Amino acid sequence: MAHSEQDVLAGLAEIVNEESGIPASDVTLEKSFTDDLDVDSLTMVSIVVAAEEKFGVKIPDDEVKNLKTVGDAVHFIVAQAA
Amino acid sequence: MGLLDGRRLLVTGVLTDSSIAFEVARLAQLEGASVVLTSFGRALRITEKIAARLPERVPVLELDVTDPTHLDTLVDRLGAHTDRLDGVLHSIGFAPPGALGGNFLSTGWEDVATALQVSAYSLKSLAMAVRPLLVPGSSIVGLDFDATVAWPLYDWMGVAKAALESTARYLARYLGPEEVRVNLVAAGPIRTMAAQGIPGFEGFEGVWGERSPLPWDVTDAGPAARAAVALMSDWFPKTTGEIVHVDGGLHATGA
Repeated sequence: MAHSEQDVLAGLAEIVNEESGIPASDVTLEKSFTDDLDVDSLTMVSIVVAAEEKFGVKIPDDEVKNLKTVGDAVHFIVAQAA
Repeated sequence: MGLLDGRRLLVTGVLTDSSIAFEVARLAQLEGASVVLTSFGRALRITEKIAARLPERVPVLELDVTDPTHLDTLVDRLGAHTDRLDGVLHSIGFAPPGALGGNFLSTGWEDVATALQVSAYSLKSLAMAVRPLLVPGSSIVGLDFDATVAWPLYDWMGVAKAALESTARYLARYLGPEEVRVNLVAAGPIRTMAAQGIPGFEGFEGVWGERSPLPWDVTDAGPAARAAVALMSDWFPKTTGEIVHVDGGLHATGA
């Protein structure tokens, strides 16, 4: 199922909020998961697992290290779901 | 008829569905086994979600192999799900960042001790924790990475794997009279979440690409999982203290 970039960003922000407590409004495209949002590797895994379920996509373990910013994740999910 | 019909397994180490342990649990269920998973700490919630992706529902118990309380209560907690175990998968390893990545000469004992306790001693801890439930013919399988040579950057994790190999041999010796087998699967590199934490992992991929006699697929946990399932079946009834290399044959090659 195709998703718009805006939908994915909103959904992902909700997930990041649920998994880490970071306010959803702080989750914007240019933010780095580790440097700006202080997301550690285990929280990142929980975000990825939740995102896979929410958007019906598969994010391989070895892809996770390439998802440095929120925008990277949003673009990956949009491309996968297209 | 499945290879593991009626067998009951405890599987540690499922984090994502790329985990080797996930593939072992999945194949084991397809081969007729019933499975209980363990996880711990913040990973527990992730494992519970991932467990829902297995063919059949499985309970997930909390088990930190360094926590004596978790170990001491494991049999009781397993009791709600099974009265015996025919197989155990040990898929547990950790080294602090300072023990990997080229720090070998300066790593302090604290970090080394953690690596050894979590990655090697835990095989003995886990075996002892479930010993009352292990029936004759049961099988403990651990996941290994060939520790006969020194790998680039793998450092104290390599030492921990050497300790794991030796621990498995001693366990095989001590548990043999109870007809409990203990074996390891030494897999080639597989791109799991655990592998993401290993500096120089891409280097391993290159080595396997160049030297493995059989073509090696770093995204496929299937071959290692199939070996683990086979070792937990009754098709290796007199094999213990063994390391089965599921590495495309690389361990047998020189250059």
